Amino acid sequence: MTGRLVTVVDPGPLTTVQDRGRPGWAHLGVPRSGALDQPAASLGNRLVGNEETDAVLEAMVGGLALEVSTAMTAAVTGAHAVVEVDGRRQAFGEPVSVRGGQTLRIAGLHWGLRCYVALAGGVDVPVVLGSRATDTLSGIGPAPLAAGDQLPIGPPRGRPRGSDVDVSAPPPSPVTLRVGRGPRDDWFSGAALETLSRATYTVSADSNRIGLRLDGPALERARVEELPSEGIVLGAVQVPAAGTPLVFLNDHPTTGGYPVLGVVDPHDLPACAQLSPGDRVRLRA
Amino acid sequence: MRCIRVGAHALLVEVADVAAATALFAVARSRDVRAVDIVPAARTVLFDGVPDVESLAAEVGTWSAAPTAQPEPAEEVEVPTVYDGEDLAHVARLWEMTQREVVATHTSTAMVVAFCGFAPGFAYCTGLPARLSVSRLDAPRPKVPAGSVGLAGEFTGVYPSASPGGWRLLGRTDLTLWDQEREHPATLAPGTRVRFVEVSG
Repeated sequence: MTGRLVTVVDPGPLTTVQDRGRPGWAHLGVPRSGALDQPAASLGNRLVGNEETDAVLEAMVGGLALEVSTAMTAAVTGAHAVVEVDGRRQAFGEPVSVRGGQTLRIAGLHWGLRCYVALAGGVDVPVVLGSRATDTLSGIGPAPLAAGDQLPIGPPRGRPRGSDVDVSAPPPSPVTLRVGRGPRDDWFSGAALETLSRATYTVSADSNRIGLRLDGPALERARVEELPSEGIVLGAVQVPAAGTPLVFLNDHPTTGGYPVLGVVDPHDLPACAQLSPGDRVRLRA
Repeated sequence: MRCIRVGAHALLVEVADVAAATALFAVARSRDVRAVDIVPAARTVLFDGVPDVESLAAEVGTWSAAPTAQPEPAEEVEVPTVYDGEDLAHVARLWEMTQREVVATHTSTAMVVAFCGFAPGFAYCTGLPARLSVSRLDAPRPKVPAGSVGLAGEFTGVYPSASPGGWRLLGRTDLTLWDQEREHPATLAPGTRVRFVEVSG
């Protein structure tokens, strides 16, 4: 293959291709997928002159290294990372020019968990059910990146732009997620709802693109029977048998059989993408 | 019927049973409902990505009050099945039948896909009477081959791809259940009528 390519020198802990995902197929059991931190992915696309719907790379921080075949503009957004090209420090959250044969690397981290690497022209892997996104639950879309993979990059679309939002501020600790109650808040005791509003939870190491799993006080059920499986929305706060809540993120299953106590405000979901194991979270219902 | 708000942009409509959920989904699909996703399930239909949840809730209420023309009957898919599953003998004991009678019962039942879940294209087919409900395995098998036909609760399911699973296996089919290159990737989408047909292995 000739033309615009990036070669994966090191995929880091987990790097996937992401865009706006594939909503509209949930009735067939297909997760929505898509970038967890949509504002960061969109910013990256704007910085390199892409459409906001173009595919970018979502990289859990530390280690991703990409060699570009030909000169192209890149931008790293999301988790506040140390960006290097051939070992030289570059700006974070701004367009970066990379020459053919040079290697762009996520070399370190100030805060956050997931970076977005936008490349002018967008990652041009095949579209499956309307999206190029990797779905880690069902396996639809390209596999997570592996060393040696070559990714086609589309032709550049527009002129790179300067940074248009302030990306310098780390999130507060604990992060507060606003939760609208329902549909199954009546399956929990009054004490559970009080616990939820007072407790500070800790992000579990089991968290992934499917859900943000939280450690902390268990939430007592008022109804203990089995709930027939029902459809799940993005941001649903589900309470499995163990009693500690999880927040469903973009690769969530389309249906589930544990009660959903509430739904996280969509404006607070990008923050979920940047929470690391051990970070503190409050849920305000 | 009960409408429950789910966050800012979704509505969960709860109905009496799976047949009512299947019927509500069919009506919703036959109308021009403004929703990104309409997800039927065992006792509910979820409308997600709805611009105006309040007006949809009011609208859904009128659907049951004034029954509309029945949607066109969905297509029927035949699932050619070899009935040699690992749990056939166990199901025969549970149903107090011979294995041949289990096969005859399963192949003579007109089924419909109530909903999909668990994996892309994994269909939950209804039609068997409630008295023939079977429990899942206590411990799921680590790997169930693609095409396996199984029972869980009141449902018959077919595994579109190999995965862990706890359904009681009656047999297997070589029908392709999921092909994401097709315009309609799921062979057994919600509302599809299904008949299992015995074939020899």
